[in-house]
Amino acid sequence: MAHAATHDHHDHHGAPQSFIQRWLLSTNHKDIGTLYLIFSLTMFFIGGAFAMVIRAELFKPGMQLVQPYFFNEMTTMHALVMIFGAIMPAFVGLANWMVPLMVGAPDMALPRMNNLSFWILPFAFIMLLSTLFMPGGGPAGGWTMYPPLSLQGESVAYVIFAIHLMGISSIMGAINIIATILNMRAPGMDLLKMPVFVWSWLITAFLLIAVMPVLAGAVTMLLTDKYFGTNFFNAAGGGDPVLYQHIFWFFGHPEVYIMILPAFGIISEIIPTFSRKPIFGYRAMVFAIASIAFLSFIVWAHHMFAVGLPMGAEMFFMYATMLIAVPTGVKVFNWVSTMWGGSMTFETPMLFSIAFVILFTIGGFSGLMLALAPADFQYHDTYFVVAHFHYVLVTGAAFSIMAAAYYWLPKWSGNMYSETWGKIHFWSSVISVNVLFFPQHFLGLAGMPRRIPDYNVAFANFNMISSIGGFWFGASQLIFLGVIIHCVYFAKKKAADRSWEGAKGLEWTVPSPAPHHTFDVPPVIHDDELAHGHTDH
Amino acid sequence: MTSGVIRRSVTAWAAVAFATFGTAAWGNPEPNQLNMTKGVSEWSPYALHMVGLWVCVAIGILVFGAMFIAMFRFRKSRGAVAEKWTHSTKLEIVWTVVPVIILIVLARLATGGLTSFADTTGSEMTIKVTGYQWKWRYDYVDYKGKAVEQVGFVSRLEESSDRTRQLKSNLDPEKIKVDGYNTYLLDVDKPLVVPIHTKIRFVIVGGDVIHSWWVPALGWKMDAIPGIANAAWTNIKEPGVYRGQCAELCGQDHGFMPIVVKAVPKAEFEQWLATQQEEAKAAKAQQTAQTAPAPANQG
Ligand code: HEM
Ligand SMILES: [Cu+2]
Ligand SMILES: [Cu+2]
Repeated sequence: MAHAATHDHHDHHGAPQSFIQRWLLSTNHKDIGTLYLIFSLTMFFIGGAFAMVIRAELFKPGMQLVQPYFFNEMTTMHALVMIFGAIMPAFVGLANWMVPLMVGAPDMALPRMNNLSFWILPFAFIMLLSTLFMPGGGPAGGWTMYPPLSLQGESVAYVIFAIHLMGISSIMGAINIIATILNMRAPGMDLLKMPVFVWSWLITAFLLIAVMPVLAGAVTMLLTDKYFGTNFFNAAGGGDPVLYQHIFWFFGHPEVYIMILPAFGIISEIIPTFSRKPIFGYRAMVFAIASIAFLSFIVWAHHMFAVGLPMGAEMFFMYATMLIAVPTGVKVFNWVSTMWGGSMTFETPMLFSIAFVILFTIGGFSGLMLALAPADFQYHDTYFVVAHFHYVLVTGAAFSIMAAAYYWLPKWSGNMYSETWGKIHFWSSVISVNVLFFPQHFLGLAGMPRRIPDYNVAFANFNMISSIGGFWFGASQLIFLGVIIHCVYFAKKKAADRSWEGAKGLEWTVPSPAPHHTFDVPPVIHDDELAHGHTDH
Repeated sequence: MTSGVIRRSVTAWAAVAFATFGTAAWGNPEPNQLNMTKGVSEWSPYALHMVGLWVCVAIGILVFGAMFIAMFRFRKSRGAVAEKWTHSTKLEIVWTVVPVIILIVLARLATGGLTSFADTTGSEMTIKVTGYQWKWRYDYVDYKGKAVEQVGFVSRLEESSDRTRQLKSNLDPEKIKVDGYNTYLLDVDKPLVVPIHTKIRFVIVGGDVIHSWWVPALGWKMDAIPGIANAAWTNIKEPGVYRGQCAELCGQDHGFMPIVVKAVPKAEFEQWLATQQEEAKAAKAQQTAQTAPAPANQG
C-alpha cells in the first residue's frame, strides 16, 4: 500500500491512484472532507478580497475607487460567499472528516450522496460569481435580497439558481450527517457519550433540513414575482414586501445558529483537551445547544423591529430573543468552569478557543443590546449591527474553524504544524480583528448606517482605523495559508496518534495521518478513552 | 424618555455614563463620537441603551475576570494539576437564575419604551414621509386639527455634496461646512421644517422600494415600505437642525439620500407654513390660468 500515496497526500492507506478517481469520484469521507475544507478556504479568500474592496473604498470620505452600484455588489457578494461558501462548507468539511472518526464509523452513511453534495458547490459558486462579469452586474440588493429592490437586479435568476443548488447541497449533507450519527455509531457509543461536536452537528443538521426549504421557497417566490407575473411581494398587485422578510428571517435566524452551533461543539472539544479536564456540565452543554436551536425558530422578527410590526409582536420577539441569552450564557460559564481547576497549556488551537470565548461573548453582549427593541430602533441597520455579527461570525464561527484546523491538522496530515507560526497567525489575527471591528460599534452608535459607500467626515477616523485593521487581518490570513501548506507538505515533525497530551476521544486512537479507511471493524469502546465517557451524573 | 420607570431607574446609571462618555447632548454625528446621542425628543432609547451597556460591561468583567484568573492560576507551566470535577448543580442554578432576573428587569424597561413609542395618540400634527430612489418627499397633512393644503416638497442631497461624492471628483469632503459643522452627505436642498414642543405624527411609506427614515436625534428609525403606512411620532424639545440618513439599502444611491429636520419655535413654524401655503396657492392659480386642471400636490 505504500505506493498508494498520491502527490497530494501521503500515506493514505488504500487511496485510489488516479487523481480523477480519488477526488472527482471520491466517496471517502476524509477526501470529501478535505475537498470541502479546501473549497471553503478558497471562498474565504475570495470573500475576503471583496471585503478588501469594501474597506478600501471606506478608507476615507469621498468616492475613490468604485461606483456605488459596484460597492453594493461587493457587500452582497461578500456576505453570500462568506456565509454559504466559507463558513458553512467548512463546518460540513469538519463534520465529514471528524464525525465518522468520533463515533467509530467506517464512513458516512451515504457516501455517494456525499460526493454529490460537495460537487454541486463549485458549480453553484461559479454561477454566482460569474454574475459579476455579466452586463448588468451581480446581485446588489444585499444578502437578504429584500424585494422590491432585489428584483431590480438583472442577475436574479442566476443568484436564485445558485442558492437552490447550495440549499440542495446543504440538505443532502445534513441528511447524511443525521443518518451517520443515528445509525453508524460503534456499539457502546451511546448518544450521551458522543462528543459535543457530534451533538452540535446532529442538532445543526436538523436546523438545516428545517430551514433550507424555507429559503428555497422565499427565493422561488422572488423568481416568480420577477419573471412569471406573480405578486407575492408586490404591493401594487396586492402582495406584501414584509411577507418576504418574515419568510427570509424564519430561515435567516436559524441560519445564523447553523453557523455557530458547530463552533460551540469545536470549542467544547478543544478547551477540555488543553485544560486536561473534562468538559464542565456535559449534559447542560447538550441541552443548551438543543434549547438554543429550538428558540432560534421563534425569534426571527428581531431582524424586523423597524418594519412597523404591531406592538404585541415586537414584545413577543423581544422577550423570546432575550431568552436565548440564558442558554448562551450557560455555555460560556461552562467553558470558563472547564478551565477552572485545569492544567492549561496554550497551543494555537487553545489560543483561538480562548479568543472565541471572549470575543463571541462580546458579540453576544451586543446581541442582547440589539434585542431591546426600543434601542434597536437606533441600532438597526447601522454599523453597530455590522460589529455585532462580525464578532459572532468572524471571531466566533471563523475563529472556531481555525481552532479546529490547528487542532486536527496533525490528525489529517500526520505532521505537526509550526507552533511558532501558528501563534504568530493567532496574535496577528486577534489584534487586527479587534482593530477592524471594535470601532464599528462606535460608528454605528454615532449614526453611520450600514451598506453605504461613503460617509460624513465625522465618521472618518474610526473608518480609517477599521480599514487598517481590515487590511492587516486580511494579510494575517496569508500566514494561515502558509502554515497549512508548510504543515501538509514540508513539516518535518511527525504527529503522534494522540497528537495532544490531553486529547480524548476515538479520533486520537487511529494513526496520524488517519489512514484512508478507519474503523472497518467497529472499535471496542473504553469509557475512559472518551472525552465524556462517564455520564454518571 | 417618556416612561417614568425608565427615567427613574436609570438616572444613576446615566450619571456614570456621563462621566465615562462625556456629554452626549449633541444631536448630530460628531468626530470620534463613541456613544449614542441622547436625542432631543421626548422619547429616547438612550437610557435603556446605557442600562443594557452597563449590564453587559458588568457581566463581562465577571466572566472575563474569572477567565483570566483561571488562565493565570491553572497553567500547567505553574505546576497546576487538573482536578476531576465536572459538575456543580448549585453553580449551574445560580448562573441560570441570575441572568433570568437581569433579563426580566431589562425586559420591563424595554416594554415601557415600546408602549410609549407605539402611542401616537394626541398628536397635534401629521406629516407624510415618502421614500423614493433616492430622495424623500414630505407632505404636511394637518396641523392643530386643521388640514394643511398643498404643502409638500421633495428633499434631496444638496448640490455641493452631490458634486463631491462623484467617483474621483477630487473635491474635498472636508470643505463642505455649514456654520462650522461638516455637512458632507448630511445636507439637503430643502429641509423638513417642524415646530418644537409639538407632538408630531409621521406617516411613513415607500414609493418604490423599501427605505428607512432615520434621524438619530429623534431616537428611532422607521421603514418606508411600499403599500404599508407606518406610524411614528416625535416631540422635539430643542430648536436645531437634526441630520439623518436613509437606513435601508435602497439601491445605488442609498448612501446619498440624507434627511434634515429643522426644528423651530412654534410661531416661526406657523409663519413658515403660512408662506408655504401662500406660495402653493399662487403657483396653483398661475397653473390653472395657464393650463387645464392642476395636479394634486399631495402625492
Ligand atoms: C445572544 C445571542 C444573540 C442575540 C440576542 C442576537 C440578536 C440579534 C439581533 C436583535 C439582530 C438584529 C439587529 C438589527 O438588524 O437591528 C441580530 C443581527 C444579526 N446577528 Fe445576532 N444575535 C445573537 C447571536 C448571533 C449569532 C450567534 C450569530 C451568528 C453566528 C448572529 C448573527 C447575526 C447576523 C448575521 C445578523 C445580521 C443579519 C443582517 O441583517 O444582515 N447573531 N442579532
Ligand atoms: Cu437573528
Ligand atoms: Cu436607502
